[in-house]
This record gives sequence, C-alpha cells and structure tokens, in this order.
Amino acid sequence: MTPSTLSLATALPEIFLTAAICIVLLVDVFAGAAGRRITPTLTLIVLAGGAALTLAYAQSGTTVELFSGMYVSDPLAVVLKLAGFLFVAVGLLYSRHYLETRGILRGEYYVLALTALLGVFVMISAGSLLTLYIGIELLALSLYAMVAFDRESGVAAEAAMKYFVLGAIASAALLYGMSLIYGLTGSLLLPEIARALQGEASLGLVMGVVFLVVGVAFKFGAVPFHMWVPDVYHGAPSAVALFVSAAPKLGSFALAYRLFVSGLGGVSDTWIQMLAIVAGLSMVAGNLIAIAQTNLKRMLAYSTIGNVGFILAGFVAGTEQGYEAALYYTLVYVLMVLGSFGVILVASRAGFEADELAHYKGLHQRDPGLAFMMLMLMFSTAGIPPFVGFWAKLQIFQVLWATDNMALVLIGAAVSVIGLFYYLRVVKLMYFDEPGDLPTIERRTGVRLALGLNAITVLVLGLMPSALLALCAQVLS
Amino acid sequence: MITLQHLLTLSGILFALSFAGIFINRKNVILLLMCIELMLLAVNFNFVAFSRFLGDLDGQVFVFFVLTVAAAESAIGLAILVVLFRERRSINVEDLDTMKG
Repeated sequence: MTPSTLSLATALPEIFLTAAICIVLLVDVFAGAAGRRITPTLTLIVLAGGAALTLAYAQSGTTVELFSGMYVSDPLAVVLKLAGFLFVAVGLLYSRHYLETRGILRGEYYVLALTALLGVFVMISAGSLLTLYIGIELLALSLYAMVAFDRESGVAAEAAMKYFVLGAIASAALLYGMSLIYGLTGSLLLPEIARALQGEASLGLVMGVVFLVVGVAFKFGAVPFHMWVPDVYHGAPSAVALFVSAAPKLGSFALAYRLFVSGLGGVSDTWIQMLAIVAGLSMVAGNLIAIAQTNLKRMLAYSTIGNVGFILAGFVAGTEQGYEAALYYTLVYVLMVLGSFGVILVASRAGFEADELAHYKGLHQRDPGLAFMMLMLMFSTAGIPPFVGFWAKLQIFQVLWATDNMALVLIGAAVSVIGLFYYLRVVKLMYFDEPGDLPTIERRTGVRLALGLNAITVLVLGLMPSALLALCAQVLS
Repeated sequence: MITLQHLLTLSGILFALSFAGIFINRKNVILLLMCIELMLLAVNFNFVAFSRFLGDLDGQVFVFFVLTVAAAESAIGLAILVVLFRERRSINVEDLDTMKG
C-alpha cells in the first residue's frame, strides 16, 4: 500500500508551472513590444526554476499518491519531468532567433509551449483515466494552436487542420476505449483497473483495448495512424516542428506506460499483439518512405515514425527490461531529434528556409562546425557506434531477443540497414557535394554552443552509456 | 425495460455514424467538426450508461470534463478554420492537399 497524503508539495512541479504560465502571460501582455525580449528569458527562468523545485521535492525511490490516487508521483515521473523541463528549454533556446527573423516571436508561442509541457506533466503523473485524458487534451490543444501559430502561412493552417481533425478522432477513440474499460471494471483509477482485470480477456475488454491502442498509436505517430506526422513537420514553422517532435514524445511514453503497464498489465496479451503489429509496420513504413523524401523535415518525420516503432517494440517485449529499453530509447531519441531540428533552425535565416535536402549541399565548406554536428546527429540517429543511438537500438534488440520476438528483431535489423541510406545521404550531401550559390550561415555563438553541447552529449552518452541505462533501470524497478 | 445493452448499442451506432460521417464527407470542414462533436457525445452516452448501471458517480463526473474539453476543442478547431479560410478562401476538404509525399 502506497502512502496517500494531502501534502501538495508532491504536485509542486504542476502547481508551479500553472502559476508561472499565468505570470508569463500577464507579463507578456503588459510588457507590450518589450515583451519580445522579456518573455523568452522569463520562460527559460521558469523552466530552470521548475526543474530545481522538482529535484528538491522529489522523494527518492518512493511512490506518493495525491487526490485519492488521481495523481501519482514516482521516480519515473520525476525523471520524465526533469527531462521535459530540459528538452523544452533547449527547444526554446534554438527557436528564438528563427521566430525573430520571421516576425513571429510572440508571447503566445512561449505560453503555449508551457501549457503543452503542463499537459505532458499531467500525463506523466496520471493515476486515473480522467487525469490521463485531461493531460492528453491539454497537450494536444496547445499543439494544434502552435502549429497554426504563423497566421500568414497557408500550409501551416492546413497542417493544423489535418492535425486537429485526426487528433480529435484519436482522442474520441481513446475515450471510447476508456469508457469500455470503465464499464468493465467500475473504476477510473489505474491500480483498481489493474486489480479488476486479470486472466482471461473478455470480448468487451478486447474491443476497449483496440480503441486504446488506436489512440496511443496516433499520439505516438505510429503506422497506420501516422498521416499527420509528415504534414505537421512539413507545414508547421520549423521551430514548432522541433517542439512537436520533442517533449510530446515523453508524454506519449508516459501515456503508453500508465495505460498499458499500470492499468492493463494483468491482461498484457491483448495489447502486446496489437502493439507488435503497429511497431513492425511503423519500422518498415517509416524507414522505407523516408528514402523517397527530398524535404529534410519530411524525412525527419518519417524517421520519427520509424523510431517510434522501436519505442513501441520495447513495450511489445512486455517485461521490465522492455520498458526500460523503451524509456531509454525515448530519452535518447528526443535528444537526437532536438539536435537535428536545431541544425535546421541554425541553417535557416531571414527569407531562407533550410528545409530541403539540397540546401545542405557542401555545408562542410560553408560551415564546417555545423556540418560536423549534423554528422554526429545523423550517425547517432542511424544507430552507428560509438554514438548513443547505437545503444538505444541495441537495448531494444536485446529485450526483443530475450522475449523471443524474432520477427521484430529481423524487421528491426533490416530497417536499420535501410535507414543508414537516408541518414548517410545527408552526410554525403554535406561533405562531398559542391555548395553552389547557397547562402552562407550566420554565426550566432550562443545557439551554436548549445547545439555543439547537444551533439557532444550524444557522443558522450554513447561512450559512457551505463549511467543513463542504470537510471532508466532504477526508476522502473 | 431499457437495459444497459440498449444504451450501449445506441452509443455504438452514434459513434459509428459520426466515424462514417468523417470519412464519407469529402466536402465541408464544418461537417467534420460536427461529426467530432457527435463522437464525443457518443462516448458521453457510454459513460453515463455505465455510471447508471454500476451505481458509481465517477463516470458522470468524467462526462463533465469531456463536455468542457469538447467546448475548448471546437473553439480551437473553429479558430484554425478561420485562419485557413483567410488564407485559402475555401473550407472544402478537397482543397487541403498542398502537402504530399
């Protein structure tokens, strides 16, 4: 029995973030034009403060329930929240200059980023279906608005509309699944559901799980519910694409973990089979279609779909090691995708969007530092040692091997080789092609430093993988 | 006597209708928004029915949250629609096809 307390200090990250959102919004409104400078800085301070509070009030190694079990704070939640603060801060750091040069540096972007993060946190700490749903919607509604945020762009509005319609259908499917689970168990609390659902699965349960898998696969962007990913990455401003690709992945992981492992762990056979199909399809479709892309953002979108397949494959293993591997893969993947989009943002400038693959021709001659960062990130995402992406893939293969999922191991290995082609194509363009008359890149030291640090982290984590692996093992045991 | 089965069948039919509406309708984005609303209402129906027959209030509380979120959702959906209309001068579903691949 876990202790149930009324001490609000446990929910401090969310409470702090909610209050901070109000303050940032008010400051932005009253500061007017000066707010362009104040809001970004204030947001970064909020994120740093929130991370410090989370760390200070984290009860190490214990699970605390709040609000009659609707809210759970466990080591997993603390780690995911700290990662959320970090990834959002890095993303906002990268995107500031990009937004400025396009005249869309407005306070709304930062406020929406914070509300999206709050949604992720609510998902991470959800102890019941209701909290889970509120978190999903808070995140999704913020993201829809962010994608449509550049009002002058017709493609962005189109991407937002597609995202909105498909997202709303997925939410409704998820809700329908939740209502069936509620009807079967008579409770919305995940531990109660886990107690009630044991052994043989009934027809109603299987139906409910189908709807839940549809919802989760959509939120991850897994095949066959992936249609929104390329359009959103392509149509949204690059800074928003970076945001959509990063922190929400943590939320999706938390959603899958809470729902399937905490709630439906007793009937894991039902969802493991469905997730295995979704994971296999995502790996194959994501990596194959990525080859045909000429737009780097679209290519990264399909690469995301392929990588999401690997994350879900960790869940397919259905063991503690499997979830550890999935958590490790999620954290590592978000780190890499942040860097890749960071390079796009740095390579872009006023009136020039560096999102076509052809824009990276001869990047080495124009900007050796940036080309080398991109090289490290592409190698890592492709899963080449000694970069951290290799360990992430290896973990997934190990758990799949240990649980006799040979088909997924073979598919995974095959698509990793196929994936090499399009990651290395970027490297080839940068190092072996002539630049032509492409513009040189502006030198901005701060962002480059952060980007360099990001790329070096990918290398260092790859050389010393044990610390992060041990952390993942510790929070899930 | 109305049993749980009757209520669930009705909500299932509503859900299927709205789902079909989204995929059959190829004309108007507003209709899509209406179908999405209907989908959420079908789910609400499910929750209320279960809540009534389980004698448990949680399901009805959930409905309040779903209704609130649905209101926020359609507000954002319509806002995106306004932006889209200003750019394209059309709310036809078939015009949402500039991005491919």
